[in-house]
Amino acid sequence: MAISGRVWKYGDNIDTDAIVPARHLNISDPDQLAAHCMEDWDASFVSGVRPGDIIVAGSNFGCGSSREHAPVAIKASGISCVIAATFARIFFRNAINIGLPILECPEAAAAIEAGETVEVDLAAGTIRRVATGDVYQSTAYPPFMLDLINAGGLVEYTRRRLHAGQSDE
Amino acid sequence: MTRSMSKPMQPMTMAQKILAAHADRPAVQVGELIDVRADMVLANDITAPLAIIEFAKLGVDRVFDQDRIALVPDHFAPNKDIKSAEQCKMMREFAKKYGIHNYFEVGRMGIEHALLPEQGLVLPGDVVVGADSHTCTYGAVGAFATGMGSTDIAVAMATGRAWMRVPATTRFVYSGTLQPWVGGKDLILHTIGLIGVEGARYQAMEFAGPAIDALSIDGRLTMANMAIEAGAKAGLFHVDATTEAYVKPRAQRAYQAYASDPHATYDRVIEIDASKIEPQISFPHLPSNARGLSQVGDVSIDQAVIGSCTNGRWSDLVQTAEVLRGRQVHPDVRCIIIPGTQAIYLRAVQEGLAQVFVEAGAVFSTPTCGPCLGGYMGVLAAGERCISTTNRNFLGRMGHVESEVYLAGPAIAAASAVLGRIGGPEEL
Repeated sequence: MAISGRVWKYGDNIDTDAIVPARHLNISDPDQLAAHCMEDWDASFVSGVRPGDIIVAGSNFGCGSSREHAPVAIKASGISCVIAATFARIFFRNAINIGLPILECPEAAAAIEAGETVEVDLAAGTIRRVATGDVYQSTAYPPFMLDLINAGGLVEYTRRRLHAGQSDE
Repeated sequence: MTRSMSKPMQPMTMAQKILAAHADRPAVQVGELIDVRADMVLANDITAPLAIIEFAKLGVDRVFDQDRIALVPDHFAPNKDIKSAEQCKMMREFAKKYGIHNYFEVGRMGIEHALLPEQGLVLPGDVVVGADSHTCTYGAVGAFATGMGSTDIAVAMATGRAWMRVPATTRFVYSGTLQPWVGGKDLILHTIGLIGVEGARYQAMEFAGPAIDALSIDGRLTMANMAIEAGAKAGLFHVDATTEAYVKPRAQRAYQAYASDPHATYDRVIEIDASKIEPQISFPHLPSNARGLSQVGDVSIDQAVIGSCTNGRWSDLVQTAEVLRGRQVHPDVRCIIIPGTQAIYLRAVQEGLAQVFVEAGAVFSTPTCGPCLGGYMGVLAAGERCISTTNRNFLGRMGHVESEVYLAGPAIAAASAVLGRIGGPEEL
């Protein structure tokens, strides 16, 4: 699947309190959460984000709490993909589980600048800067995670397995 | 099983052994993706609602085990507003509908990571998965415990299983005797300062050495609690006499302790002379910005919070009372003390600690996560500074985006409350 979007660029250690401040964790609705996405960190995000936009960030993106509200809010904001040098582990699994595409690529994260347009081929894991033509290869997913992603997330993957009567392992 | 009866196997870390046992495998390799059984599955009032929504999509009519799920309203409970009340209600109704026995109502609950060990619900050798990042706390009793998101927990509530990547382990060896007023909080803040907030990303941290052997179970719970602040998946302690003394009288089921093999492979072994560590304070806005007390300078404060899943245990309150007894909280400071559980709260009342706190001019609340994450019971205004025994000092964590949180242990937080600036008990 190919994605093309405009870049929101952030630095290292963007924590889940930055993505969705904890005071809004009394709500679970994706669209209501999206209305507060990044609000303490970047007040221009909510009003400026357009469907298909891409977040590019440094290392340890999504560190901090386990709140799934964070990837849920990003996805509901219309962000099509998050590219980071590295992801915090709970955010990483939450994003896969809910079907928010994420790519780990330190080189792309370092090179790409705010506001530029990048194209992402999720199946191939490639990231292309439209302005320069530079192409970057992200870290490949192991087969099991590809199965999760292709199923549309953990719930659908599990539902299919449960109803196919399969046992674990 | 004796060594002669079994095929010689590659030595394993404690993390590998626990995960192998829960994958019904003789051994697992670092980096391997495995499917494991969970002994306990946890969610709270802010993460359970999303999990319940996802659970409904799975098309199952029961949870995997009514005794092995714990639901705790602690973050925004007692209900802080109408939306929080709705979330707590949703969790309460789910617990009733599916017959979940370990639902802890307000008045009987505690902060989840203080409550579950106290109740003997998380035990040595367990795999525990929780929709809360500080689930790693239970590594203090020798459990492989890790935080996940709500969707993972929805699936775990239905199946009793979770997928995991077997982590590499970094071993931290602490030598020496601790200085006065130095405890688990100071050791872990110092360690995070040393390796950074992603210094143990995707790894298990294993804490060992003479200083750890001498550390109380409360101190160990504090350290394991903050493993996530170094990006770790788990923070593990070996089971010893201190663990057994804590766990045995509480355990609600049988358990098995696992220990790392002497020649297990570690990603790194980091030796720390704990006798050189002075009380630590982490400056805004990362837990890794740790400094020794002597390096703090003049930092005035508006609020001191003592409590949370990191430092809301009995020994934390005892230390706080030691500092506050016969003294007064500074006129410009609000001091908020929050015990981890109702049992700790009751004991504080019975043994006179509650009186010490109130006479000192502090707030003494029943258990809640409240202020730690800027929920309620101590939210900060613009420009305000708080010294806190909690675990995170991210931008806006405790309130306004222009407020600041300084992390420390209870002795420093209590002394600072009296001084009106960050300082230690020896200055009083």
